[in-house]
Amino acid sequence: MQRLQIRYAKRGRARFTSHRDFVRAFERALRRANVPMAYSSGFNPHPRISYVNSSPTGAATEAEYLEIGLAEVCDPQKVLAKLSEAMPDGLVLREIREAEGGKVGDGLEASVWRVELPGADGRAMADAARLFLDCDRMETERMTKHGPRTFDARADVKGISAYVTDGVPMLDLVIAHSEPLVRPDDVLRALQELHPAFSVVDPPKLTRLVQGRLELNRVIAPW
Amino acid sequence: MNIATTPTPAPATGAPESLFPRLEPLLARVGKPIQYVGGELNSVVKEWEAADVRWCLSYPDAYEVGQPNQGVAILYEILNERDWILAERTYTVWPDMAELMRGAGVPQFTLDAHRPVGAFDVLGFSFSTELGYTNMLETIDLAGMPLHAVDRREDDPIVLAGGHAAFNPEAIADFIDAAVLGDGEEISLAISEVVREWKAEGRPGGRDGVLLRLAESGGVYVPKFYDVDYLPDGRIRRVAPNRPSVPYSIRKHTLMDLDNWPYPKHPLVPLAETVHERYSVEIFRGCTRGCRFCQAGMITRPVRERSIETIGAMVQAGLESTGLEEVGLLSLSSADHSEIADVTKQLADRYEGTNVSLSLPSTRVDAFNIDLANELSRNGRRSGLTFAPEGGSERMRRVINKQVDEEDLIRTVATAYSNGWRNVKLYFMCGLPTETDEDVMAIADLARRVIETGREVSGRKDIRCTVSIGGFVPKPHTPFQWAAQLDSATTDARLQKLRDIIRADKRYGKSIGFRYHDGKPGIVEGLLSRGDRRVGAVIEQVWRSGGHFDGWSEHFSYERWMTAADGALAGTGVDVDWYTTRERDYDEVLPWDHLDAGLDRDWLWDDWQDAIDERPVDDCRWTPCYDCGVCPQMDTEIQVGPTGLTLLPLPTVRNPLAAD
Repeated sequence: MQRLQIRYAKRGRARFTSHRDFVRAFERALRRANVPMAYSSGFNPHPRISYVNSSPTGAATEAEYLEIGLAEVCDPQKVLAKLSEAMPDGLVLREIREAEGGKVGDGLEASVWRVELPGADGRAMADAARLFLDCDRMETERMTKHGPRTFDARADVKGISAYVTDGVPMLDLVIAHSEPLVRPDDVLRALQELHPAFSVVDPPKLTRLVQGRLELNRVIAPW
Repeated sequence: MNIATTPTPAPATGAPESLFPRLEPLLARVGKPIQYVGGELNSVVKEWEAADVRWCLSYPDAYEVGQPNQGVAILYEILNERDWILAERTYTVWPDMAELMRGAGVPQFTLDAHRPVGAFDVLGFSFSTELGYTNMLETIDLAGMPLHAVDRREDDPIVLAGGHAAFNPEAIADFIDAAVLGDGEEISLAISEVVREWKAEGRPGGRDGVLLRLAESGGVYVPKFYDVDYLPDGRIRRVAPNRPSVPYSIRKHTLMDLDNWPYPKHPLVPLAETVHERYSVEIFRGCTRGCRFCQAGMITRPVRERSIETIGAMVQAGLESTGLEEVGLLSLSSADHSEIADVTKQLADRYEGTNVSLSLPSTRVDAFNIDLANELSRNGRRSGLTFAPEGGSERMRRVINKQVDEEDLIRTVATAYSNGWRNVKLYFMCGLPTETDEDVMAIADLARRVIETGREVSGRKDIRCTVSIGGFVPKPHTPFQWAAQLDSATTDARLQKLRDIIRADKRYGKSIGFRYHDGKPGIVEGLLSRGDRRVGAVIEQVWRSGGHFDGWSEHFSYERWMTAADGALAGTGVDVDWYTTRERDYDEVLPWDHLDAGLDRDWLWDDWQDAIDERPVDDCRWTPCYDCGVCPQMDTEIQVGPTGLTLLPLPTVRNPLAAD
């Protein structure tokens, strides 16, 4: 079985697709593009696809990863070209490579998130970010399926840069992946709790820019 | 209920701007935002200015239910294939979205280009069920249009109703501008021509000008050109046109030669999850089995088949353009296609070894259907098979003309269980005309025999039978249009008694599943389906008090409907019982008598009398014509095979993605 790894993006309106939506759309695209998929055995065979670290519904991303298993050896670039034609608008396949031994999720230790905060106060945002970085711990609470859950939102945040572009306050967050996974909205909630002068007005626009290895608080893409 | 904030009126000239930038901030705050985003594969966005006539098509329910609708899919393609017509789609938004839209002043939008619905020429609603009426009001209101047709301005879209429920649109007559009966393919193009001419001529006569042109053709019903008078006792005295050029009755549309209309060719593939994720082909339209409760079978006559060749070509192209893996072969009784054995066998051969699966919503109860089901599940699991005897006793089945012999049924299920099927589902109705407790309790006897037989032939204890029961609602244009609907208390009592009998059965009870709904929603459906124009005030009151999504049990409120009916019908001398549980006489003018489905009224009445006398009637495909009236009245004929054609295997090509 040939294993191909793909980096893909969710852009614009397509960021409102859930992970399940993406899975259905991707599997249909595989069929439209006649990619000779390998299937699992059993009563209800499924095409061999592995997904890792899917980003939340509503967040855009440039750095999602998956792996497909093929029944016949194919030219990866031909697969990318044909499959790209079959994908819906906004779901963009960016790179493909043949797997080199390891699993597709190996080395995806951290993410860089860009958070756009239209309508927020840029100075208050920067102050909140400084206060947050000065803390060692910052407990925050998130509603989960099993009720409210309290956890530390600070330790996994390896860096914040706060700036304003074209009048829109922005945050770039470097967040290490651990359990429970700290998400950009957890950090935003913590920032507002720390510094009430900072408040998120319109829904923030989130984009995952990079996933990869964490080196000296920087995120290095795997390939 | 908040009425929509002032909408953005469409500019008289120029294309309306996309509403998406104003919608986008709301999407982060609603459930399942993807359903409002559009941009599905195979969706069409055209230049606004390049089209002469612009349609907004709506299935009045949530996206997940409306998107797979076959009627909307067909019209969307047919209209968009013309370069002078543009068609987009809109669905009912959920209450969380509606609230945010009202707050932000964002009007009802289309999914294709996010244009305001109020800017289109025609707003067409496809009604499979009357339970979508309140959703239509919500959509019209969110679009910023006046709720009542008489208040609409020249630039407001023409609100057009179609689909099976439009065969009696009287309950929504105040809210729609027009309705069409029957197949929409040709009439939607004809309406487009009329609207184009009227616009090109500078809109002579204003809104009434174009409506009059449509009404004069006899193929489009414009309720406001007809007056309804009532007798002192509340019955209708007469329905008559109030304009000299408008005909007394309006005829339904029937598409002949389905092979010339192989739609949908490129159905939309949604990103969001929907109720049916399959490529569906209608293998024929119409049904002449003559089941007396079945409105679909009465109003879609005659039977018109698609040939095996067209079906094969549609399946091939449809799968290629969508990437779907499941194929549904649709019709009112799919096993009745003259070449169904060849269709299923040859399609199964063609897709042998792939993951493509075929499904056949099959309702006839005979051994032949087991062969088909076996063919369709060649490689798969044999989990459940559904049959619909509809009536529990032989007597009941003679009344409704569902000719299923109990011995046949038992032989059929025996074949099913011995072929490895584990669960047989049986569908019945409760509340049929002349029904007694005994008729319903006979369902338990039948289910017991099914299990007994199943255990015998399969040698296993773990086989099951699921009994599923729906309440019968009398429908217009059927022999039961004169019948009394059973009140919900009696329906509930009968179902309770049946459940108790099944539960108490120590030998078989545990193997029999029992599913039913209470009788209350059926009463609301009955009020709407046989309603007249006075019922419109009830619908409006329900919507004003916050009711919509009536097809969803978590949103439906029987109490709200009854309270609204008490208020809105006060002083009319009629009430919900009058519309539902009252039997009608031959002489009574029915609200839909001026709408011509082709069925001869006297034939319907005679068939109603035959029902009471438990006399069956045969299918005109295999026995001489019995003069139901449709073919001569509509100038149509039965179009059935066999054609004797065969499907060739699909060519296999070398993998074009192979490494060099």
